[in-house]
Amino acid sequence: MSVGSLLYGNNIGIMRGERVLFRDVSLSLSPGEAIVLRGANGAGKTTLLRILAGLTQAETGEVSKQGAHHWIAHREGLKPHETPADHLRLWARAWGQTVEVRQLLADMGLSKPADVPAKYLSAGQRRRTALARLRLEDRPIWLLDEPFTALDADGKSLLQAMISNHRTQGGGVIAAIHGEAGFEFDTQVEI
Amino acid sequence: MSGAPILSAFRQALGEAWAGGAGALLPLGFFAGTTVLVPLGVGTEPATLRAIGPGILWVSLALSSLVTLERVFQADTEDGALDLWLQTGAPAAAIAAAKTFAHWLTAGLPLALLSPMLLLMFQARASGALLENMGLYAIGGIAFYFWGGVGAALSATVRRGGLLISLIALPLYVPTAIFGALAMGDGPSSASAPLFLAATTLFALAAAPFAMGAALRLAAD
Amino acid sequence: MFSWFANPHRFLKLSDWLVPACYVLAAVGILWGLWQGLWIVPKDDYQGGDIMRVMFIHVPAAWLAMASYLGMAVMSFVWFIWRHEVADIAAKAIAPLGATWTALCLATGAIWGKPTWGTWWQWDDARMMSVLFMFFLFLGYMALRAAMDTRQKAARAGAILAMVGALNVPLIKFSVDLFTSLHQDASVITAEGPKMAAVYLWPLLISSFGHTLLFAALVMTFMRAEIWTRRAAQLRARLMTGD
Repeated sequence: MSVGSLLYGNNIGIMRGERVLFRDVSLSLSPGEAIVLRGANGAGKTTLLRILAGLTQAETGEVSKQGAHHWIAHREGLKPHETPADHLRLWARAWGQTVEVRQLLADMGLSKPADVPAKYLSAGQRRRTALARLRLEDRPIWLLDEPFTALDADGKSLLQAMISNHRTQGGGVIAAIHGEAGFEFDTQVEI
Repeated sequence: MSGAPILSAFRQALGEAWAGGAGALLPLGFFAGTTVLVPLGVGTEPATLRAIGPGILWVSLALSSLVTLERVFQADTEDGALDLWLQTGAPAAAIAAAKTFAHWLTAGLPLALLSPMLLLMFQARASGALLENMGLYAIGGIAFYFWGGVGAALSATVRRGGLLISLIALPLYVPTAIFGALAMGDGPSSASAPLFLAATTLFALAAAPFAMGAALRLAAD
Repeated sequence: MFSWFANPHRFLKLSDWLVPACYVLAAVGILWGLWQGLWIVPKDDYQGGDIMRVMFIHVPAAWLAMASYLGMAVMSFVWFIWRHEVADIAAKAIAPLGATWTALCLATGAIWGKPTWGTWWQWDDARMMSVLFMFFLFLGYMALRAAMDTRQKAARAGAILAMVGALNVPLIKFSVDLFTSLHQDASVITAEGPKMAAVYLWPLLISSFGHTLLFAALVMTFMRAEIWTRRAAQLRARLMTGD
């Protein structure tokens, strides 16, 4: 583990049933660094992120993290009747943060749909709601699984700005990306 | 480690239970409905109804718990909320216990509170015993919800896992059902039965959360 | 790490000779017990006449129902802590066999009960009640494992359920005993206990021993089949990925 590493994963391997999904994956995330995970559909990008997040158990290898992480995935964690305001209030409380929810929603471009239940939101609005969680608390590590999905041009620039900001402040990002990253990254890991 | 995530999980589950629109009326309705079905099947002879009434309510309470719990953990698995809860740093067992307790409060406890009225419908004699029975249904209901929660957590990833939950939970419900029925009877063990009932519930409160936590971590894997 | 051939290999070597040995000894025990039970020992009219001879199957089945669940729970615990693949295979193998012996116990109990006491089923018999719930525990375990996507998840889910079930078994037995003690005057199958004359005891013990060995031999046979199945699946997977 190198000094100053935010996250260190060594020799990670996992099986799915009898199939080896991937093996011998190692990576190290430094402050301000962005790592992009690439691979075909089903290659295991999501699984690797879940292993790094501590959700999935790997067969081999170990992961160590200096500090807490944020998790953004395909399933946003929104209940059908939950509004963006509800969602941010819930997680702000769960994480022990006091946050001006309305302002945060405005910053994320969600002023209008702030009180609309998630089942009536567009995919892009749901994604923005999830991304808003990134602003509830300052955490050094961001684990993002295809975060640009469903975002319109404005949404993409917003996320790029957030990532940029985060890195400038010494945070690190590991993102699984399909296609154009849209931001500068330091390392690319093929799964 | 702060308890904020656990408290949030509890409050959110409370809100969830009311969110369906009908709120607590749904489990109450199911409970009352199945109970009321019995005299139609068994006959309206007052002595018979008086004898079986308390037992029927135990069965209805058990069924209601299974019906309520079916979606609790499965929904969290499907929409990604479970992933978020597991990453809050709070133990999975505590999160599971908080959610289960919330569902007992919104569905199990009201059933217990409703029991005197239903027992009267089953020709029970109005007496202080009705209030005692209310307490017994409340205590027993907690055990049903916590063991049912184990079944629900294990079946969280199974499509239409309702039947599986019932199969898993049934043997675990037996001690509570037996002690509950004995406590409401007149036999020699009626005096000690409430204590055994309480002990069984305490055991459920102590053991079930760990099983639920392990099962939820498995569901997220 | 990805090859787990080590432990299962040793088990296969051991069971190569142990399984046939168990089958032979089991046959001896069961046949001797059956011969004694069906022809030699006197019939007990109090216990139902000739039909009580079914106890030489019923009692071993009851003992195996309880013991096999305990065995399944212990194997699950061993797997949970040490992740020995063979322990999980053992737990998976015991379940259907335990369920079968449990069903056998219930069936022979009913066969004994009907001509003797007039009912196919006796709610006041604590032992039969406990065995009935054991049956549901086995069924739930098998159903849960079958519902999981991968064998690793099936192992984890099964282990959790087996351990929870095992913790509850003493409680279930206690509650059932309390429940049935209300009706002491009702007929109880008292095949065990100091009431039994020595003439029944020895055939019963030999029969139980035989049944236990048969059960063990069958469990090991199922385990061998499971090991070969998993090996085949692994080789197939390797073939598919061109590894």
